[in-house]
Amino acid sequence: MSESVLFQGGRIIDPSQGIDAAGDLGIRDGRVEHCGGSADASKYDTVVPVSGCWVAPGFVDMHVHFREPGQEQKETIATGVRAAVAGGYSSVACMANTIPVIDQESLVRFVLERGRAAGYANVFPIGAITVGLQGKQLTEMDLLAKAGAVAFSDDGIPVWDDNIMRLALDYSKMVGKVIIDHCEAPELTKGSVMNESPMSTRLGLKGWPTSAEDIMVYRNIALCETTGAPVHIAHLSTAESVRLVRDAKERGLPVTAEVTPHHLLLDDSELWNYDSNYRMNPPLRSKEDVEACIAGLADGTIDAIASDHAPHTLEDKENELGCCANGIIGLETSVPVVFTDLVAKGKLSAERFVDASTVKPARILGLEGRGTLEVGAHGDVTVLDPGVEWKIDAEQMHSLSHNCPFNGMSVTGRARHVAVSGNVYDCTSI
Amino acid sequence: MSDRWERIQERAGGWKHRNLLGIQELTADDISLLLDQAADFRDMTDEDLATHKPMSSVTVFNFFVENSTRTKTSFSLAARRLGANLIDFSSAGSSLSKGETLADTARVMEAYGAQLVVIRHRESGAPHVLSRFLNAQILNAGDGWHEHPTQALLDLLTIRDAKGSLKGLRVGIIGDIVHSRVARSNIDALTKVGASVVICGPPTLIPPYAESLGAEISYDFDAVLPSLDVIMMLRMQKERQESGLIPSIREYRKRFALDAVRIQRAKDDAIVLHPGPVNRGLEISGAIADSDRSVALRQVTNGIPVRMAALYTIFKSQSGGEG
Repeated sequence: MSESVLFQGGRIIDPSQGIDAAGDLGIRDGRVEHCGGSADASKYDTVVPVSGCWVAPGFVDMHVHFREPGQEQKETIATGVRAAVAGGYSSVACMANTIPVIDQESLVRFVLERGRAAGYANVFPIGAITVGLQGKQLTEMDLLAKAGAVAFSDDGIPVWDDNIMRLALDYSKMVGKVIIDHCEAPELTKGSVMNESPMSTRLGLKGWPTSAEDIMVYRNIALCETTGAPVHIAHLSTAESVRLVRDAKERGLPVTAEVTPHHLLLDDSELWNYDSNYRMNPPLRSKEDVEACIAGLADGTIDAIASDHAPHTLEDKENELGCCANGIIGLETSVPVVFTDLVAKGKLSAERFVDASTVKPARILGLEGRGTLEVGAHGDVTVLDPGVEWKIDAEQMHSLSHNCPFNGMSVTGRARHVAVSGNVYDCTSI
Repeated sequence: MSDRWERIQERAGGWKHRNLLGIQELTADDISLLLDQAADFRDMTDEDLATHKPMSSVTVFNFFVENSTRTKTSFSLAARRLGANLIDFSSAGSSLSKGETLADTARVMEAYGAQLVVIRHRESGAPHVLSRFLNAQILNAGDGWHEHPTQALLDLLTIRDAKGSLKGLRVGIIGDIVHSRVARSNIDALTKVGASVVICGPPTLIPPYAESLGAEISYDFDAVLPSLDVIMMLRMQKERQESGLIPSIREYRKRFALDAVRIQRAKDDAIVLHPGPVNRGLEISGAIADSDRSVALRQVTNGIPVRMAALYTIFKSQSGGEG
C-alpha cells in the first residue's frame, strides 16, 4: 500500500469541521495530512481522482453482529469486514451476543485479534453488560474496556432488571464507556413475531406492541437522569420513542439513539406474505413510526444510522415465520438504500447523512481521531458516488449470509472507495 | 343427474386461484361458487361419483403438523369420495424439530409426487411459506390463529341451508377470538357475502385492532344476543385461565356461556353453531348443544362436500381437462 494518497477533486463533507466544499484530501502515514482546498498532487504516491464524488470521514457502523465466535456458518469477522468495506464502512462495532458471549477480557482480545488479522475495516468489540447476557451480574467492565471494548451492551436482549441497569450506568461513569440498551419489555413481547398492528391481527401472529419499546426507552432515560451516566438506545423504532428521546435531549440528558435503515424504509405491511426476510427485532413498525424515525433522524434526535447487520443462514430463514430467526444483513445495503430513499429525495440532508454515519457514532463510542477528517486524524475515508445507478444483488455480496429484503432493489449511490488508515480499497472489487 | 356434474365442471373451469390459502384472497363470487359446488357434490350419489371418478389417480397429501381428528377425517373422506390417492404425511413435530426446514419437507412431498397438499399447521402462514417451495397446489386446513377457510365455507353452507340466504344476517361469534382461525375466516367470509358480524368476548381475548377485521366488537353477550340470527360459539380452552388471559373459567362462563337461561334472550329462529370439539358445560351447556337450535352435526356433515368442492375445484382449474 502507498504511504501517501490524495483524493483529488471531490466534494469534502465533514460535519465535524463544518466543511462542505470542493477540495483535495491527502493522507500520509495513515493520518490525514491535508483537508480542503487544493493539494500538490506531485507529493503523493497515489492520486485517486474523485470528481463528482463525496469525500467523507470513514463511515462507522456502530451495531453489527459478526457471529464469531460460535456461529461462523453465518458470518465470520473476516467475511464481515469485507462486507463492511464493500458497503462503505471503515469501522464497525461488534455486538457481544456471540457464543460464548463477549464477557471476558480474553474474548475482547480474541475479537480484536481476529479483526487485525482480517484487515479491511477496523473492528471494535462491544462487551456484554452482564455475564453471559444473563442480566444478573455485571461483567468486569473496566478490565474489558482496558482490553479494548468500546461500549457495553446485552443487545439481542434487553437488560430487563431495572436495578442491574441502574448499576451498569453508575459503574460506567468510572469506566468511561457508553451503555447501549436493546429496549424491549420482555413480558410484553413473549411469543411475538411482528409489530402489534392491524396486520398482525389479520395474519394471526402474536404482536410486539410499540409500548414494550417505549417503556424501556423511558426507563433508560429515567435511569440516565438518576445516575447522570450516558445511555444509548439501540435500533429505535417507534414514534413515541423518538418523542421521548427528543424530550430527554431538550432537558440536556446524555441520551443518544440509533436507527436502522430498515426501520427508515420499510413498514409492517411488508409481512403480508409471511416472508421471513421481513422478520426482525425490533419488528418493522407502522408507516407513522417510519415517518417519525425519518423526522427524528433528520432533526438530530436520532444521532446515528446503524445497520444491525444480522446474518442468518438459509436454514434459519426457510421456515414458518414463527420459527425463523430475527434480523437481516445490512452492511452492503445501508448506504445505498438510505441514500436512495432519503438523501436523494431530499428527506435527509447530505450533511446530516454523513454526520449520522460518521461523526455521531464515532463520538458515542469514543473513537478518538475517527469520524472526522481533521488534520492528524486517522486516515479513514469513505468516497461516495452519489450518481451511480445499480441494482442490489444478494448473490454478489461478501457477507456469508443472504438474508436481505432489499435484494433486487434499484438504487442510486454507492461507496466507491474506503480508506482505512490510508489503505485504499475499491468497494466494487473487494 | 349429469346436469349437476356438468355444472360442477363448468364452475371449476372458471376458478382463478391456484391454491386455497385463505378466505382473504376470495371474492364474494368465489365463495358463492364454492358453496354451490359443495351443494352439488352433496347431492351426488355414490353411483354418480363412481361413474365420474372426479379425481382418480390424483395424489393428495394430508400434511397435518398439528393434532386434528375432525378436519383430517373430513378431508380424508372427501378425497376418497373423489377417488383420489390419499397419502397421510402427518407428523407430530415441525420440520425444524427434525433438523429440516419447511422447504426441505416441501421438496420431499414433491419428490413423492404430491399434486395437492392439504396442510394443517400450528404456525400462522405455514401454507404461504410452503407455497413458495412447492409446485403442488396447497389447501389450507388451518394455520395457527390465521385462517381455516374450509371451516368458514362449511359454516356458511350450514347457515345458508338453515336461513335460505346469507345476505343481511347478523352473526355473533362468541368467545376466544384472538386465538381463533375459525373466527378470522368466518368474519371475512360472512362480511364479504353481505352478513354483518359482531365478535363478543372478554377484551383480553379480542385481538388488538380487531375493528380492522370488519366486525363490530362487544363485551356484552346479553346485549347483543337478542339481535343475532346466528350464534357461533367458539371453543374455550382451559389454558386461557392458566396463562392469565382471564381471571377464571367461572367468571367467563357467567358472562359468555350459552345456557338454557341465556338462550331465552335469543330470537326464536336463531341457530347455534359450534366448530367443535365442544367443551360441554363451559362455553355451551349440554342442553343447548343438543337442542333443535344447534346445527353442529350438520356442520360436520357439510364438511365433506365442502372439502370435495375445494379439492376438486382448485385442482380442476389448474389441470384443464385431465383428472
